[in-house]
Amino acid sequence: MKRAPSPSSGEPGGRADLRPDSRPDVQSDVQSDVQSDVQSDVQPGIQARVRIQWPGFSLDVDERLPARGVTALFGHSGSGKTTLLRCIAGLEHAAEGRIQFNGEVWQDAETWVPTHRRPIGYVFQEASLFPHLTVLGNLRYGQKRSQRNAAAQDQRQARFSLEHAIELLGIGHLLKRRPTALSGGERQRVSIARALAVNPRLLLMDEPLAALDLARKQEILPYLERLHDDLAIPVLYVSHAPDEVARLADHLVTMDGGRVQASGPINEVLSRLDLPIRLGEDAGVVLDGEVAERDERWHLLRIACCSTSLWVRDSGAAIGDHARIRILARDVSIAHQPSRGTSILNSLPARVLSLGEDAHPALALVKLDVAGNPVLARLTRRSAEELGLAPAQSVWIQIKAVALL
Amino acid sequence: MFLTETDLEAIALTLRLASVTTLILFAVGTPIAWWLARTHSRWKGPVGALVALPLVLPPSVLGFYLLVTMGPNGPVGAVTEALGIGLLPFTFWGLVVGSVFYSLPFMVQPVQNAFEAIGERPLEAAATLRASPMDRFFSVALPLSLPGFVTAGILTFAHTVGEFGVVLMIGGNIPGLTRVASVQIYDYVEALEYGNAHRLAAVLLVFSFLVLLVLYAWRPDRKRA
Repeated sequence: MKRAPSPSSGEPGGRADLRPDSRPDVQSDVQSDVQSDVQSDVQPGIQARVRIQWPGFSLDVDERLPARGVTALFGHSGSGKTTLLRCIAGLEHAAEGRIQFNGEVWQDAETWVPTHRRPIGYVFQEASLFPHLTVLGNLRYGQKRSQRNAAAQDQRQARFSLEHAIELLGIGHLLKRRPTALSGGERQRVSIARALAVNPRLLLMDEPLAALDLARKQEILPYLERLHDDLAIPVLYVSHAPDEVARLADHLVTMDGGRVQASGPINEVLSRLDLPIRLGEDAGVVLDGEVAERDERWHLLRIACCSTSLWVRDSGAAIGDHARIRILARDVSIAHQPSRGTSILNSLPARVLSLGEDAHPALALVKLDVAGNPVLARLTRRSAEELGLAPAQSVWIQIKAVALL
Repeated sequence: MFLTETDLEAIALTLRLASVTTLILFAVGTPIAWWLARTHSRWKGPVGALVALPLVLPPSVLGFYLLVTMGPNGPVGAVTEALGIGLLPFTFWGLVVGSVFYSLPFMVQPVQNAFEAIGERPLEAAATLRASPMDRFFSVALPLSLPGFVTAGILTFAHTVGEFGVVLMIGGNIPGLTRVASVQIYDYVEALEYGNAHRLAAVLLVFSFLVLLVLYAWRPDRKRA
């Protein structure tokens, strides 16, 4: 699941990964291209139509999710994202629903494939390891059972999966331990490896970091990123943490009150002017590029992306590494001219695309085009007025902070 | 000799009855406990109450109904006679049937509590790891509720040893066949043989205490879970 190659440059409404050169028109209001897919059945991907009506909770979703990359289901608690994930896993049986994976029907009016027959891996919020088994016993539990059902060819691959999962999550030294002898972070790594060891064709993760403190989160995130870069299977990742989503997701579905608000490639969704309001301080975009140059003297890296360059703190990444950077709207300011005499390193030409309201009446959000990529800026409405900002206007943006994710 | 020949015979019979009853109840009680622990059916309440009934019902009432049901004019009696087994009252197997009913809650309740304590999560995790429902029961639910099974087994065994009223009603007092230790003590007291009664009573007292001591001192792996 390398982020790079966009599946289709020409395909209209294709769920192309965000690439500077393949992006069509940024200005076109980004609607969920996913929903516009009329033809169903044979297309790869997950099709989920679920309707649930419980007292105090409802879920009404009809979405097609991409067959590759990490799709984040993002929303507050109670937004239905976990329930949707559980429906896809077969842990919840919605009376009204149709779940289809790469053309295979898992649920419809006549069909119900029980959880243990769905080719999924599932990571729960709490590690949920079996306390009566060692770490290796936990890993083998699913691996044995998936092998029993698999054809000979798949079996070879499954064995590879277990070793690969152990290696990928760095848990080789823990195999003989009991789950209770592990730290919270280690436990969650084991549970991710356990889900991978069944050689799933779809990985479902339900807020795998939510039960961990910040330090444990930082411990696991790099492993999830390796997962992202190494795995060839689609991942559905439920989260309510914008920073996790910014780091991991290729595709973003935001949910509220049991309904999908927006769905699309991450940057299209993140740069929608109506959503960042809900993200508050976390409003911003992510850009994918690569490490182009290291400045040893100042400990900086030059990231080439959006046919331009951005300087960030040296994270130790190697030249040529894929790099994802995050630019928060609150860190972007706008000027008419390239500024001199400023401490800000990253100053880029941009074009105003549109202006929108922010949560506070004093603030405005501006959507800009930077060499084909959308970037958001948060200013006071007064500044926007004084600058006379209007769509299509050319301006300079200054980026106070660029986070290399 | 500390105990008489008949005492030993009564004790042996008692232990045999308790063992057989406990084994049968493991088989009968486990599915009931599993169902009670996991169902959302509206029958959960009534079935739970029915299982708990022997806790509060006078044993003579239970024994009386069993006697009538298994007797020559009762429905169960008609079936057993038709099958050529004959009538169950006043036989060892009649006592077993009575004990199974009598000790049912002592098996079902601890096992049910153990199943409930596991929660949904480990079973859901097992399902996502390709385990079928039966597989989940044996590979996850059973090992995780093992302490509950041990408790239930000990309680059931001990409770059956202490059984008296039901035995008297459906077993009578046939030496070597249905005369268990508690009935033997009753006989001694009836016959004013207090010395003999004392000895056997002391054996039962010590036994019961030891069983409970084991039960309360034994807390395996509680910290682990």
